[in-house]
Amino acid sequence: MTSPIIARFRLAYPGFELDVDMQIPGQGVTALFGQSGSGKTTALRCMAGLERGSRGYLEVDGEIWQDDNKGIFLPTHKRRLGYVFQESSLFPHLDIRRNLEYGRKRAQEAGVSLDQAVALLGIRHIMSRMPDRLSGGERQRVAIARALLVSPRLLLMDEPMASLDLGMKGEIMPYLEKLRDELGIPVVYVSHSPDEVATLADHMVLIEAGKVRASGPLFELMTRLDLPLAHGDSAEAVILANVAGHEIEHHLTVAVFAGGSLMLPYQDCEAGKTVRIRILARDVSLVLDQPERTSILNILPARVEAILEDGPGQLMVRLSMNGVPLLSRITVKSAKTLGIFHGSEVYAQIKSVALLK
Amino acid sequence: MQPDLGAVRLTLELATVVTVLLLFIGTPIAWWLARTRSRLKSFIGAMVALPLVLPPTVLGFYLLLLMGPNGPIGNITQSLGLGILPFTFSGLVVASTLYSMPFVVQPLQNAFEAIGERPLEVAATLRAPPLDTFFSVALPLAKPGFITAAILGFAHTVGEFGVVLMIGGNIPDRTRVVSVEIYNHVEALEYAQAHWLAGGMLAFSFLVLFALYSFNPNRK
Repeated sequence: MTSPIIARFRLAYPGFELDVDMQIPGQGVTALFGQSGSGKTTALRCMAGLERGSRGYLEVDGEIWQDDNKGIFLPTHKRRLGYVFQESSLFPHLDIRRNLEYGRKRAQEAGVSLDQAVALLGIRHIMSRMPDRLSGGERQRVAIARALLVSPRLLLMDEPMASLDLGMKGEIMPYLEKLRDELGIPVVYVSHSPDEVATLADHMVLIEAGKVRASGPLFELMTRLDLPLAHGDSAEAVILANVAGHEIEHHLTVAVFAGGSLMLPYQDCEAGKTVRIRILARDVSLVLDQPERTSILNILPARVEAILEDGPGQLMVRLSMNGVPLLSRITVKSAKTLGIFHGSEVYAQIKSVALLK
Repeated sequence: MQPDLGAVRLTLELATVVTVLLLFIGTPIAWWLARTRSRLKSFIGAMVALPLVLPPTVLGFYLLLLMGPNGPIGNITQSLGLGILPFTFSGLVVASTLYSMPFVVQPLQNAFEAIGERPLEVAATLRAPPLDTFFSVALPLAKPGFITAAILGFAHTVGEFGVVLMIGGNIPDRTRVVSVEIYNHVEALEYAQAHWLAGGMLAFSFLVLFALYSFNPNRK
């Protein structure tokens, strides 16, 4: 599926108004990102038909699910979607197998098979248990498998990890990545965690106070200086790169991307594999001349695209490495001393890179 | 002893019919009360709860008038060829159904409300139409409520006196139930027979409530 999802909803509660107009790619993971109470969950519920506002419009894969101007409104059970709620809402009166089969029996379309879903989420060993005998992470994996088994054209996930503790998040994340990489189902993922979004999403819709503040590729939005993500200590850039090879003797892995190549701590993976690399703005310093004798491994040429003040005496610099954005946080004093301005050609010294799990 | 057995049989028959009827009638009412946002909710809720506070004689009096030969319900039953309901078993069933209604509807309503919105939404996202959701999710999850409702409805019907006396009178084997029979025995100073029945009722009521409380030990 490649045609975009078009979603427009208006919904007013006392003290809150949602008014969104989103165009979401028909593939990959799109994060609806925003603070608690910004309306992202409400927007997701509108997509599912669980919430009904006025003048809504929803088109998925060329099919119109809702067009209030024409009186079209498919009820939730007629929309070909899967929905994963914040807390796993398994039916307590059914064992895991019956929970999984509940939707599969009712969905007419063939698509994801029981075997496939069970294997993908690693839940074969708990099939005959009751939901209250599972850990939170296991329950959420079952809930995800159950949503996949209706063979959805669109998978909606409402902070599926919000109710899990840190360890359990780590347990679920690999399954979500597998799901993103192995099934061609577009996913809309509500989250307020920049970490989750950086790890999972390809596309991002930033929601603020019930409105869409910005929408675009993740790498773009995370580094846009006019948006809140590219500020403060946790500002970071995410780079997609391909593993080119390893330097076993140095315990390093080499990954290449449009802006050059990066050395990472050794990863046990094959060449060609796509990896997500996170680079924190505070780990990137700038030099004018390519340093020759330095302990820093990753030094890449870049061009300054934008500079914005970021706290007292600090600047956030957005760089482009042959089109790939990177953030660097430097002091005002350094910028003055080096004479860095918009359009400057510099070298980005990257002190530390991390692979996103 | 013979008339007493007749009264016991009649009581059990009445309670069974009323309980079954109430589960069928009470379920949709309870479901509606649990889920509606209509302004009628308070009105219907109050109507259903009325027998909780009304003296049974008041309910019996009005039912007698309504179902009697000149009452609107009496007119309908007569034109349908059913005759009039007071002083018949059917009349007792109608009166007891109304009288025991809150004891069935309220536990069901509570059970449905306790399920909450979420499981029903989940079912909808798993392609279940509303009626399917009701049977495959709401009913099984409300099972404890159904058991409570059935037990309370049955026990309460067994124990009623005033409405039965007003509507059914005291006709052996047709409308004379245990509670009325006890009254008869006491009136006639037959304390021994009264003891049998009264003691039986006491034991029965206790066992019912005991069963109820041990069945729901985890209720918060």
